[in-house]
Order: sequence, then structure tokens, then C-alpha cells
Amino acid sequence: MRRFADLLELLALTPSRTRKIEALKRYFSEVPDPDRGIALAVLTGEMNIRNVKPALLRETVLAQVDETLFALSYDYVGDLGETIALIWPHQAEGELPGLSTLVDLLNFTSKAELPKVIGGLLSQAAIHERWALVKLATGSLRIGVSARLAKTALADMSGVALQDIEEVWHGLKPPYENLFAWLEGRADRPDIDHAARFHPLMLSNPIEDRDFEKLDPKDFSAEWKWDGIRVQLVMGPLGVSMFSRTGDDIGGSFPDVVENAAGEAVLDGELLVGHGFDALSFNDLQQRLNRKVPSGKQMQELPAFVRVYDMLFDGDEDVRALGWEARRGRLEKWFRNNPQTRMDVSEILPFKDWDDLGRLRRQGADEHGHEGVMIKLRTAPYVPGRPKGNWFKWKRDPNVVDAVLMYAQRGHGKRSSYYSDYTFGVWKGNEIVPIGKAYFGFTDEELKQIDKWIRAHTTAAFGPVREVKKELVFEVAFDSAQKSGRHKSGVALRFPRINRIRWDKPAQEAARIEDMEAFVS
Amino acid sequence: MGFIINRDLYVPELDAWIDPPEPRARAIITHGHADHARSGHGAVLATPDTIEIMKVRYGEDCAGRFEALDYRTPLQVNGATVSFYPAGHILGSAQVLIEFAGQRAVVTGDYKRLRDRTAQPYEPVPCDLLITEATFGLPVFQHPDPRDEIARLLKSVAAQPERSHLIGSYALGKAQRVIALLRDAGWEKPIYLHGAMIRLCELYQALGVDLGELLPATGMPKAAMMGQIVIAPPSAIRDRWSRRFPDPVVCQASGWMSVKQRARQALVELPLVISDHCDWGELNVSILESRAETAWVTHGREDALVYWCRQQGLAAEPLALPGLDDDGGEGGE
Repeated sequence: MRRFADLLELLALTPSRTRKIEALKRYFSEVPDPDRGIALAVLTGEMNIRNVKPALLRETVLAQVDETLFALSYDYVGDLGETIALIWPHQAEGELPGLSTLVDLLNFTSKAELPKVIGGLLSQAAIHERWALVKLATGSLRIGVSARLAKTALADMSGVALQDIEEVWHGLKPPYENLFAWLEGRADRPDIDHAARFHPLMLSNPIEDRDFEKLDPKDFSAEWKWDGIRVQLVMGPLGVSMFSRTGDDIGGSFPDVVENAAGEAVLDGELLVGHGFDALSFNDLQQRLNRKVPSGKQMQELPAFVRVYDMLFDGDEDVRALGWEARRGRLEKWFRNNPQTRMDVSEILPFKDWDDLGRLRRQGADEHGHEGVMIKLRTAPYVPGRPKGNWFKWKRDPNVVDAVLMYAQRGHGKRSSYYSDYTFGVWKGNEIVPIGKAYFGFTDEELKQIDKWIRAHTTAAFGPVREVKKELVFEVAFDSAQKSGRHKSGVALRFPRINRIRWDKPAQEAARIEDMEAFVS
Repeated sequence: MGFIINRDLYVPELDAWIDPPEPRARAIITHGHADHARSGHGAVLATPDTIEIMKVRYGEDCAGRFEALDYRTPLQVNGATVSFYPAGHILGSAQVLIEFAGQRAVVTGDYKRLRDRTAQPYEPVPCDLLITEATFGLPVFQHPDPRDEIARLLKSVAAQPERSHLIGSYALGKAQRVIALLRDAGWEKPIYLHGAMIRLCELYQALGVDLGELLPATGMPKAAMMGQIVIAPPSAIRDRWSRRFPDPVVCQASGWMSVKQRARQALVELPLVISDHCDWGELNVSILESRAETAWVTHGREDALVYWCRQQGLAAEPLALPGLDDDGGEGGE
């Protein structure tokens, strides 16, 4: 455990990517199975200790620490795991077991016994081990290391291409002994059933204005950007799975889709809800996403379907190396041979040039609420990750409103000492009423300036929340507005973010509630 | 009940202020850090070491008149008595005991209880009213043994001989303590100093604190600094100044470094949890040992310590002293 704690600390604090990779390589080559595999699972977010939830940790710590003192400490530190690690009142009363033993212990202890077991482990640990222990138990690292970085280290260490590792990754399970055996040349590549597994997705990059002059419209195809969630349908002889973009199997929540899927293929598309393939809003989809198992009534009112835009496997044939156009041909043919009731094909938008597509995009946004358009290189193979120059998203311009900062709260994680969560509002008569909350969209430098402003303009404090003078105007961008009973203003914003800080603008000139009504769809 | 000290640390009987942020006719200074000792007072009462430190930092004539008072030496003024007791914070740091009309009030200034050979060791002083700092007044602060922190530093130096280690430390107190800890851990090579550290290190040595061989960090060829340890103010370490060193490891010696998210924000690669203030446990012990019935809490995270004091049956309240930031201000650390 000490070794793993040292590794986590180094990864959290070393700014250099090269040094992080070096440290990971050293760890993976020196630590034996199965501990290194457990570490890999933790670093890639694959370690899920079912019964250890924040509430249980809180309960564990409150058995030892006064609740008020804990609350004040948490507000100061800003990270639950780190607060627990720092505040635990006993230390180094023994030696912690190795990683795999620890994980077994946490997994096989009953929920009722867990607080005692975790408490015992915390007391055995040295201070920096407690930090790693809590991170391990909650599976939430937040140390700025991506799964990709860990896999890059594996590729670096072994000479096996990163893409080859990604390819088998979703067919493997902790502690990955067969993976390490392959990487070290002691065994063949792990044999996984390729057609039956999740395959990492191909992602797009936002297009910039200056990109257009370098791109020939004839080389590209365009489609609407659908406002649902990205899914991968894996349809094999043994059944149908539907994965989210991170590889979680969500088929169980959408029996209406998976039970009606016919044929064999691996398809990429957007999960939507609506009758007759007429997509409803994301808000409607959200109601289905919130339910693990939908009721019959829900499935009737909000039937789900998948709008398919790409094909990875045609039957059991891997077609990812083909260009987009060839895959699209295969996809259309497959749909003709396998008629579907809960899947359709995303339509292609004909356009002459970029101006023409720009007009379509605006029209789509204004008349149908489309999020924007996707632009795809006709010759591009299907490559996992975010390859440059292949797929672009061209989002519609966001709505903006000038709102007044009302309350601020300290952030969590990296921003734990800064006031970085903002509630803002608009005028209603002579008072300002809140319309939303945002915590990103500004640079680190701007965050420091806002933080300073907040400290100097606080009028009241309620626990961790500060009320400020109603003087600072934010230009807030948002995707859409909805009626809401939760806010005093009656309006809620979807995906709000701070677009600009209007240091120059007097609060009197901020928007009024009447202005918001134009945005409500 | 009336107290012999006001809530702005003015003592009517002596007509004097303790650590006043503005120039006053008569000031009692607990120690030499800038948020406690300022220039421009009429008369200053302090320990001999603190007076030397003030003169080095602000000039010989930074106060109208200096009066030195040794530890444990009562001084009678208008029927009241003032005396100093070691606070263990930095060289010359003192707690101030005021006695008048049968009441004893102690202003701790900044203090710590861990062993430190660069400061006179803390002594508990029984009193009725304790005015304590709370820089690390939250139970998340449990300072480790500084010798373990130095061992981690030396391990990192040995493992990366091609890099230099830059330790961000405040020029007064922390720098000298880190140097002393390094010497005690067996580091015999010269230690390199940023210009801002030099005069105060010389003063410590002149006052009898052995720090070994110290050299200026500037003017050395880059290659010669591989495997060396450099001490500089935190601000210089992340500035252009540090570019003269080979692939430096940014370290910082501070009690704040126990919070990893703080260390990440400050871009510190090797945090060293070395504090010149009490941690939570030391604050608790000190308050109980004083046997005070009333505690006023200042300089830091007052809320938690006030809450704790009340749980112990003390009358406690926070003191909002001017010139102090509510958080992130590192109070002489």
C-alpha cells in the first residue's frame, strides 16, 4: 500500500507528463501481480467498490470526530476524501495490507461492518496512506491522471501500440494478469470476443472559424448534431448490449430499444426519445435516464430509439478500417436487409459550400432546435479517440444573457480555496431573482480576480455561501431555457457557463425577467 | 467581568498596544514577522533577539526607542506587570503575560511546541484570559514530525541527482529552521540561499544558531547546482529567478502543504509539511494547560477553535483583528 500511496502522491503533484509516465512504468514493472493490476484498475476508473459510498465514509468519520468540526474542516479543504484522510484522529497503529487484500476486504465485508473495517484501516495507515486509502475506497481519484495516461505508460513500457491496448481493454477485467502477461511477452494477446465487446468511440473536435478555409467542402459530409446521448449497440448471436460512451452497459434501462433490435452488427448512434422517430427534448430523455428500470407507462409516453450514424462491425466483420463513405454504404445496405422499429439512420444534409451549411445550421437551430451540425471526412476510417481533422462539430451559437452575480460558494478539488461556484440572477421589478448557477467558462486568472472581488464585496455569509453586492455582471451563455418551479424566477437554464465577465457593465443594465421569456422553448 | 486587555490588543494600564498594525506611541512586539512587527512605532518593548531582527529588517531607526526585556523578567509599569515567555515560533518569539489587579492575561503571538533548535522552546503560562492564534485551528491539521519530512526531501535529492531542489520558505524563521533540520539530518554540503535570506541567516548565526556553510545561489554555473539544495522565498521559486537552476524540483516548507489540493494549486512538486505554528492537537493541549477560563481566538480559522473551547467549558470568542485575511493569508508561516 505504501508504494501505491507514493505513486498517487507523485502523480498528483508532478506537473510533467513524462515524469508521470516514467513513474507509472516503474510501478507496473516492479510491483507484482495482482497488486499492479488493482492499481491499474483504480487509475483507469474500473475499480468499483460497491458498498463504499461517501455517506458511509462520513458515517465512519463521524463516529470519531465532532460533526461541526468535520463540517468546518470539509468546507475548508473542499474534498471529502482528503478531509477524512487529514482529520482521522489516529495514525500508524499498524501496517496496511497490500492492494489486492485491501480491495478484497472492502468488497467482501458486509455493509454493516464496513465502517468498523474502514476505521481500523485508517488507524493503521500513515497520514499519506490514509489519503490513498480513501481514494481507493471511493474510486474517485481527481488527481489529474486519465485512464489514457495509464494505458500510455503500459504501451511505453511494452512497445505494444496504445491502440492495440485500447482494442482489448474493454474485454479485460482486473487484475489484468493476462494483459500484463501479453505486454511482457509471456503470453499471446488476450483473446476476447471482438464483436461482443464495447469498442472505444471515435470523437469529434469543435471546428474553428479559421479551419474552414483549409477544408474543401467536397471532402466532407454533414449531419445534424442530435441532442441525446451517444450509444454503441453491440448486436451479436448471443444478444444485444447498449453501451454509453464510457462503456457502461445501459441496455437494461432501455428494453424498448434492445429487445426490438434485429440483426448482427456494432453500431454507433444517438439515443433519443419520441414517437415515430420524432425526437423530443433532452429534458424528456433525462426522465428516462434517471430511471434504472422504466415503468410501462414511461415507455409508452417516452419511447426510446437510436438514430444510427456509423457502423463498426457489419455482422462479425470489422469495417472500421474502411473510409466513412464505404461504412455508410454498408450501414444503409444493412438497414435494408434488417428492418428496424427502434432504430433509424441519421440523414445526410446536402450542401454546396460552408456558407450554405452555415445557413442550414442556423435554420436548424431556429426552426427545430438542433444543437448544430457534424462534419465528417468522407475518407476517414473509424479511429478511437479524438483524431484531428476527421470529425468536427459545429455547434449553433449559444444564447447569452447579462446576469448579476448574487451568491458565491467555494469550489471543490483543484479550486478548493477559491469562490468558484456562482449563482446569478436577473431583474424582476426592483429585485434580482436567481436564474442559474455556473462554475466554469472562466480562466484561472479570471477566477483569481473574481475570487478577490467576492472577498471584497461580501455582504453576508451563510455557512459556505457568500452573498455579494449586486454589482458584478456576467455574460452567461446557455443552450436553452425552460420553465421551472424550482427557481424563484420561474426559469432554469440548460448548460449555463460564464462567457465573459463584464467588469465594465453596470448592474442596472443587466437583463430583466421579461427578456428571459423569449428564450423559453 | 472587565479584562485588562481590550479586544484590539490595547492594554489601558500600560497605554500600549500588542503587535499593532499601525504606528503607535508604545508597542509590545511578540516576534519579528511582518504581520506582527511593523516599523514606525514610538517605543518598542520586545525580546533582545526580536529587536535585532527588527533592526535588520527595517533599519536601526525603525522605532523611536527600543527597550529589550529578557524572558521571565517582570517589568513593572503603573502597577501592572509585563513579562515575556518563549513561544517557540522563531528566534526571539515571545508570549506576553500581563498581570494587573489579580488578573493574568497571555497573548501567545504565534507559537509552536515541536522541538526546534532555532527558537527558544515554548513554555506554558497559566492565566485567566488566553489570547491564542489559530492559524491551523482545524482538526485536519496534524503536523507530522519534521524530521520525517526532511528525510523525504533527502530521499528525493538522492534519487534525482541531476536536478536541484528549491525549497520555498519564508525568509525569517522557516528558512533557518529548514537549514538546521537539514544539518541535523546529516546534510553537510553548502546550502544555497536566495538574496532575501542572507542577512537574516547571518543574524541567526551571529546570535549563536549554527547553520553550517551557506552560499549565495546566484552567480553559480547551472551544472554546479545539480544535486544541490537551494532556499528561496516562495514567490521566487515559481518565478523567472528559478530558471537558473537545472530542472528544479519545486518544494515548499509550510503547514499548509498537508492539504494536497493546496500543494497542487501552488504547483509544488514536493510539499514539506513543516510548520512554525501549533497544529490542532497542540492548540488544544495549550489551551487546557493554560487553565484559562476565557479564550479569545485570532489569526486564522477561529470558528472551529472557538467551538471547541466552548465545548470544554471556556468562555470563548473570535477576535477579528484588522489587517488579517480570513484565509490563505499565511500569517508569518
